[in-house]
Amino acid sequence: METSTQTHGQTNVGSVERWLSVVAGSALAAYGIRRRSIAGFVVAGIGGALVHRGATGRCMVYESLGITTADEQDDSRISVPYGKGIRVEKSMTIDASAADLYTFWRDFENLPRFMKNLESVKVTGGNRSHWIAKGPLGSNAEWDAEIINEIPNELIGWRSLEGSDINNAGSVHFTPATGGRGTVVKVVLRYDPPGGVAGAAISRLLGEDPEYQVQEDLRRFKRIIETGELATIDGQSTGRN
Amino acid sequence: MRAVCWWGKGEVRVVDTPDPGILNPRDAIVRVTLTAICGSDLHLYNGFVPTMMRGDILGHEFMGEVVEVGSDVKKLKVGDRVVVPFAIACGACFFCRKGMTSLCDNSNPNAWMLDALNGYASSAAFGYSHMYGGYSGGQSEYVRVPYADVNPFKIPNGLPDEKVLFLTDIFPTGYMAAENCGIEPGDTVAVWGAGPVGFFSAASARLLGAERVIVIDRIPERLRLVQEQCKAETINYEDVDDAFETLKEMTGGRGPDRCIDAVGMEGHGHTIDARLDKVKQLMKLQFDRAHSLRQALHACRKGGTVSIPGVYAGFIDKIPMGVAFAKGLTLKMGQTHVHKYVRPLLERIERGEIDPSVVITHRATLEDAPDLYQTFRDKEDDCIKCVMQP
Repeated sequence: METSTQTHGQTNVGSVERWLSVVAGSALAAYGIRRRSIAGFVVAGIGGALVHRGATGRCMVYESLGITTADEQDDSRISVPYGKGIRVEKSMTIDASAADLYTFWRDFENLPRFMKNLESVKVTGGNRSHWIAKGPLGSNAEWDAEIINEIPNELIGWRSLEGSDINNAGSVHFTPATGGRGTVVKVVLRYDPPGGVAGAAISRLLGEDPEYQVQEDLRRFKRIIETGELATIDGQSTGRN
Repeated sequence: MRAVCWWGKGEVRVVDTPDPGILNPRDAIVRVTLTAICGSDLHLYNGFVPTMMRGDILGHEFMGEVVEVGSDVKKLKVGDRVVVPFAIACGACFFCRKGMTSLCDNSNPNAWMLDALNGYASSAAFGYSHMYGGYSGGQSEYVRVPYADVNPFKIPNGLPDEKVLFLTDIFPTGYMAAENCGIEPGDTVAVWGAGPVGFFSAASARLLGAERVIVIDRIPERLRLVQEQCKAETINYEDVDDAFETLKEMTGGRGPDRCIDAVGMEGHGHTIDARLDKVKQLMKLQFDRAHSLRQALHACRKGGTVSIPGVYAGFIDKIPMGVAFAKGLTLKMGQTHVHKYVRPLLERIERGEIDPSVVITHRATLEDAPDLYQTFRDKEDDCIKCVMQP
């Protein structure tokens, strides 16, 4: 995770994150007050701090850590400016040709079959597509993306367009493995997590580690390609049901 | 249906559960006609394997009749009589295509757990904890079998269940252990452990041409069985001062050419290292007791092979790597790639070269499972192998 520095006293929380701070902070405060216990008041206090952080755009924790997620000057060519957000890189070797894997992936409407947090992808024409992902707390995040780089059977690169709920950019690379042993599929993803860097840290605590998610998405991709189905025990008979 | 479930350390229960259904298009449902308790089930029973949950259906040695197949199953038919290997293989990944089915990339829904533990995940197995996939096992009336064109093997009708059931695990496990030894004519093979896997290791060493087989254990009836069935020489380590010295003497001062550790992580012994292991295991400082492995490494002749079918997990202290290095040993180990062995070993059974059913000492029904687990664990009543009919 990389972050850029920030001078004292300025806004240092990004706009999406500010909005989320207010929503999550209010919910926490309401929940905390309802608990009517010491722990509840602590939770309510944290909620209040989040609301304040969202309203003012200033985070004392970020300040002390020298972090900022505030929006930079607009550069419409850059979805996630260098040195910001979360970067994930993961590879998986899959027993299929680069051409087959590329073709499957290039049909973006296939992606929700193995990307667990994707609700849908609709190709809206040309190089553009509309993505809907399952966000935290049951919310949805939406964005439009365009392909910015493409070499058939080798790579696809994309970035989100202005007005996205999650600014993101990424690429997927298909490289033949040694000795004809399938294809190495590598995903490089960079995004501004909803809730900012702190949000990503909390997600990680809750087991939603972005590295893990990309790893498991790639594993599901491999399984659909190699076996035609996803190994599961959901709904099986046990002594618990 | 009725099913044998893990209920906590030292407790199994037979409970009513729903019948299993098809979950994936390549699944089949098998009506179990015979199932067994494996020595490795005792690791679960004794609480040594993490990620077990109360209510998990046990059992990875089972056979039966296909009663339902999914929409993508092409070769297997309702009515087929099958044995099902304990390891679940997809049949399509790099490892399955190389015959290393217990290292399958795709069958384990919880592969991330084994990634975290071992760096890379191996295959799922039936009834063997959630880190191995969490699949319900076959100590039950019915069982769901994934990748039904890959995992179940059809069995001709002539052979009784008891003769073919052990193709699911212990016979291939002993056979792969012996095959991993790379036995040459004139070789002496020493086997630690005369339980069912030790028995099949000794028997397979004979099938693969070992001139002498020496089995080390402390249970008289188990040693008697390998003497009678495998023409093995035996050492009861409780009757000798030092099993290593005894082995060295028995092999003319050179040591056994090939050593098989068919004991694994719950080994017993009465030397200092064995007692230290026991204490550390009780204090949760170490999962495994590795006395037999240490002795095998120590006893093996220079340039020999140590083959390890016994199950180990986690970290083990005081493995004499210097001994293994100094003597130029080859070490081979791992879960059995059962699928590779089912057909060739079935042919050996059909030709009458071996009758696996000779290890069975206890025959019962599923309802007897709680008692049988205890009898098998405590090695009471001369128990070597238990089979159950649902």
